[in-house]
Amino acid sequence: MATVRDVIPPFQLLQPSSLEEAVELVADRRDDAWIIAGGMDSLDWLKDRTKRTEAIIDLSQVDELRGVRELDGGLEIGAMTTLTDVAESPLVRERFGLLAEAASLVASPQIRHQGTLGGNVSQDTRCWYYRSGWTCYRAGGNTCYADTPSAINREHAILHASRCVAVSPSDTAPPLVALDAQMVIRRGERERVVEAADYFVGPDLDIMRMTVLEPGDLLTAIRIPSTWSGARFYFEKVRDREVWDFPLVNVASAIRESGGRIEDARVVVGAVAARPLRLTAVEQGLAGQLLNAQTIARAGEVAVEGARPLRYNGYKVPLMRNLVQRAVRGGPLPASA
Amino acid sequence: MAQEDPHSAGSEPTGSESTGVSRRTFIKGVIAGGVAVSSAAYLFRNSPLLTGGSARAGTVERLVGLTVNGQTRRVDVAPHETLAQTLRYKLGLTGTKLGCDRAECGACTVLVGDVPRYACSVLTHSVRTERITTIEGLAAPDGTLHPVQQGVVEEQGFQCAYCMSGFVMSAVGFLRKNPNPTREQLAHGVSGNLCRCQDYDKILTALERGAELSREVARG
Ligand SMILES: Cc1cc2nc3c(=O)[nH]c(=O)nc-3n(C[C@H](O)[C@H](O)[C@H](O)COP(=O)(O)OP(=O)(O)OC[C@H]3O[C@@H](n4cnc5c(N)ncnc54)[C@H](O)[C@@H]3O)c2cc1C
Ligand code: FES
Ligand code: FES
Repeated sequence: MATVRDVIPPFQLLQPSSLEEAVELVADRRDDAWIIAGGMDSLDWLKDRTKRTEAIIDLSQVDELRGVRELDGGLEIGAMTTLTDVAESPLVRERFGLLAEAASLVASPQIRHQGTLGGNVSQDTRCWYYRSGWTCYRAGGNTCYADTPSAINREHAILHASRCVAVSPSDTAPPLVALDAQMVIRRGERERVVEAADYFVGPDLDIMRMTVLEPGDLLTAIRIPSTWSGARFYFEKVRDREVWDFPLVNVASAIRESGGRIEDARVVVGAVAARPLRLTAVEQGLAGQLLNAQTIARAGEVAVEGARPLRYNGYKVPLMRNLVQRAVRGGPLPASA
Repeated sequence: MAQEDPHSAGSEPTGSESTGVSRRTFIKGVIAGGVAVSSAAYLFRNSPLLTGGSARAGTVERLVGLTVNGQTRRVDVAPHETLAQTLRYKLGLTGTKLGCDRAECGACTVLVGDVPRYACSVLTHSVRTERITTIEGLAAPDGTLHPVQQGVVEEQGFQCAYCMSGFVMSAVGFLRKNPNPTREQLAHGVSGNLCRCQDYDKILTALERGAELSREVARG
């Protein structure tokens, strides 16, 4: 049992009570404040003293940022909506069941009751070298400690690594990318809307960030357009324990079929790269095909093309292949497959 | 919140004098420091209480009225203080345990409103407007145990019982929403709690008995 010696080092606490106050504060204090929503990712950094902050902007009192609303035939989910509320929302369950499913599989009940959707998609990676405070690339150094001959890297990337081999740990990110969701971001007076696929960044683009959020930005909502409503959805997460654990690999898909033929597909895999990976080659290969064993097998093979496992994460290649096949098929593969 | 004056609280706010910085001089200081005036309204006092350090200048209210187990208690809460710390070290409610202090064991589970949360991983100020219930607040004023506690007594569900208050709080919160769960659903409901003695089977039997007794109480 960890020794409980953890008084968080002091910080100033700023608690805006409305959205406009929050936007203003986040912009004003962009140089020295850290936003917390549920705090489930943030507080550990501070307890561990691997990151510090002068000030915390706590969004807990900003009720405007909570809740699920209908918008143009789709949905708008406030950034502060808890994962439990996402998982239990009748609107989300009815229209975009894969997102409800993903939210219900995050961590543990208590964490879902506090952790927010905005925090879930904005959380930092769980690479423990980085989280333990090693000065790796992501922390501004010039080494990746997870990619050395003796490194323990069972949870790390098999695709698109670029110096850093950390992965995106989020369970809700793949469904949101699959649904063509949009992130609504405020900075002062200006609002911008970013496609979920572009919200997440890999180390090739910026090795020290997981998302496009910059200091001064406030994520206010996540919009899910009606584009995929009525499609066939699939979400699956594989983890070591059935509670608490982050995904080893997760998969989300949305597939539209007509007469046994696939019209259009989205297939997105998490925890294999630094951002949720939309598998466009798989999607293109599926379009227009009959949904049969051959199509399914081919999708799995295309999915893992170019995979480069590290010493301890080779298992992720067949795991990802199988999960993509199951996502395309819509369930477990028959024993013979 | 912004209007709250620590001096109107009735009792003397410990420590606010010791810094020698009044709210007025603080606001001036903030303007001089180039931060928008509006920010000043949301500042909380930085407390030396837990660290033994000295308070930084430029801080305001840390005195909150926290509603715990049906009573509103005035308590001096540092900005960086977790709910578990406030409950255990400020209010003396040591029934809430600390196991991991990292949201990974459930020993610290309390109800915020009706919802089980990890008290180790939430700032007290974030939940200062909510009703908080700890294991100490479950029994009736005459000492009658809560049905879930009674279930634990009857089935002797725990061994060392370090994890017990967390499990009981999780079960109570879960049962408020799902009064009639199967054993499997109940197990899922308390899946955010670990037991080092590993007797989940007996724990579940005790909590199931608690659920049964809760239904009997509800039926009257
Ligand atoms: C033991 C444990 C297990 C976990 N298991 C899982 C898991 O299985 N799957 C999973 O997906 N996650 C998991 N998590 C990670 C994560 O903490 C939660 O998923 C949660 O959703 C994070 O949300 P939060 O609101 O608590 O985040 P916070 O800690 O409040 O925020 C996370 C980050 O996002 C930023 N941020 C938050 N909201 C905004 C906003 N509105 N605008 C701008 N920036 C913002 C914060 O500044 C911070 O950097 C786990 C965490 C723990 C501690
Ligand atoms: S002490 Fe809070 S979850 Fe372990
Ligand atoms: S009974 Fe000992 S930790 Fe649960």
